[in-house]
Amino acid sequence: MLRLYATVAAGGFRRHSTYRVATLAGLFTNTVFGFVLSYTYIALWAERPALGGYSMADALAYVWIGQALITVCGMMGGGFEDELIERIRTGDIAVDLYRPADLQGWWCAANAGRAAYQLLGRGAVPLLIGAVAFGFTLPAGPAGWAAFLLAVALGSFVSFALWYLVAMSAFWLLDGQGVVQVAWLAGLFFSGMLLPLNVFPGALGELARALPWAALLQVPADVYLGRYGDGWGLVRAYGFQLGWLALLLAAGRAAQAAATRKVVVQGG
Amino acid sequence: MAERLRTAGAHGSGAVEVLRTYRLVAAMWIRSTMTYRASFALTLVTSFCVTFFDFVVILLMFGQVQGLGGFSFAEVAFLYGTTGTAFGLADLALGSLQRMGRRIRDGSLDVFLLRPVPLLAQVAADKFALRRLGRVLQGLMVLMWSLVLLRHEVAWSWGTALMVPAMVACGAVIFMAVMVLGASAQFWLQDAAEVANSFTYGGNTLLQYPPTIFAQDLVKGVVFVVPLAFVNWLPALYVLGRPAPAGVPSWAAFASPLVALVCCAVAGLAWRAGVRSYRSTGS
Repeated sequence: MLRLYATVAAGGFRRHSTYRVATLAGLFTNTVFGFVLSYTYIALWAERPALGGYSMADALAYVWIGQALITVCGMMGGGFEDELIERIRTGDIAVDLYRPADLQGWWCAANAGRAAYQLLGRGAVPLLIGAVAFGFTLPAGPAGWAAFLLAVALGSFVSFALWYLVAMSAFWLLDGQGVVQVAWLAGLFFSGMLLPLNVFPGALGELARALPWAALLQVPADVYLGRYGDGWGLVRAYGFQLGWLALLLAAGRAAQAAATRKVVVQGG
Repeated sequence: MAERLRTAGAHGSGAVEVLRTYRLVAAMWIRSTMTYRASFALTLVTSFCVTFFDFVVILLMFGQVQGLGGFSFAEVAFLYGTTGTAFGLADLALGSLQRMGRRIRDGSLDVFLLRPVPLLAQVAADKFALRRLGRVLQGLMVLMWSLVLLRHEVAWSWGTALMVPAMVACGAVIFMAVMVLGASAQFWLQDAAEVANSFTYGGNTLLQYPPTIFAQDLVKGVVFVVPLAFVNWLPALYVLGRPAPAGVPSWAAFASPLVALVCCAVAGLAWRAGVRSYRSTGS
């Protein structure tokens, strides 16, 4: 069973690795946005050093981590939900349901493969370019990098669980666009993609840091910057991600069960 | 076959014909959208909110600081409002061009080429999304607000007052030209649609902030290479009574219409070259 999911994940990796021009184009776009945002953050942190507890070097690292993780942790769309919704809308989902594999597990494995490719293909290079151009904060040694990668992996799974739940709504609504857009909005704002969540004021900041979207970018970035330390602090960070992951996967599973019980597949 | 497709696509490519086709196709899509009124209202609101969040970031920033790069909140809001409205108008008119790459990949562009009306108008009006009006409205609201805040600070004259609508109009045309240029590039690089985004969406984000905060080489790039600075930076700095950046002469503020025209000419040539080199994926 595990081998099946490993094969599906490898397939997801290979599939996305064939879009080389698209990867290069995405890389270029992420780098351009990285530069634009970097200068706005420099202006902001020049006025208010240590804003949100970040030094300017930390804030710049945050910008480029955000650009590197956009597609990996799905802050602006999970990268698979359009396809899944389209399969539900057209009725092709019936084929998926016939497979002797769990629907959620199948898509989760395929998405993990995709995310792994995006991390290598679209994540690493902008991070390197940004580091060379702006000389921002780097993690403390190999252990720091390892801790960061684990947080990224967890973030990417939380993102999957979130977007899977969103896609499940298509079983009832058929046209998933409205829900996708609302989820997109929430993700954009509450993931900290626009501005680090610890710069958000007061109660809004408290709320934003407790929501699942914080697990996508804010937590990995803070692990990268060493703000959780290396002991129990780290465990707490991973615990936060794992908690939301379990909850969202369970919700997705419940939605899936309800859908397959009542589903009337579209099409002839 | 390909040759015949091309000649068919080149039929009646006069500007009038382009606009007529565009209007007809867009009107059809609007009618179709209006069948689902609730859905339309919802997507209009989301479109408004997406762009509003951009602005929330600036609000959050100014919750922490008094000025950004020596510019006050009202001045940054003015920059935001002008580029936001211009980009919104361009996106409303030509946002569908983003789908070009997909149409070239799956061969559905052939259907458009078979029809005896201009190709650009068809592709641009395809799935015309009136919900993009949300972006325009949001930009206009911020622009109005900034003008109210700036009413005493700007030395208003006929020149500065007319500069505001003129820069929004020219800015929209410049953004449209960049969008057509990006769409043309997709004839050769079908999967590279995202590169165009870095100049349109990325350019819009860049222009929301004062040029003083960016590296001077970057500013020179958007003046002389991709002339986005003429969308709002140069004319807006003139309105605000500030010196032009990167050693650009002050009369450049009045050059936006000319730059817009040149951009259109370049985009037009690129589009023609793209259509001419098009080879269908179909069998």
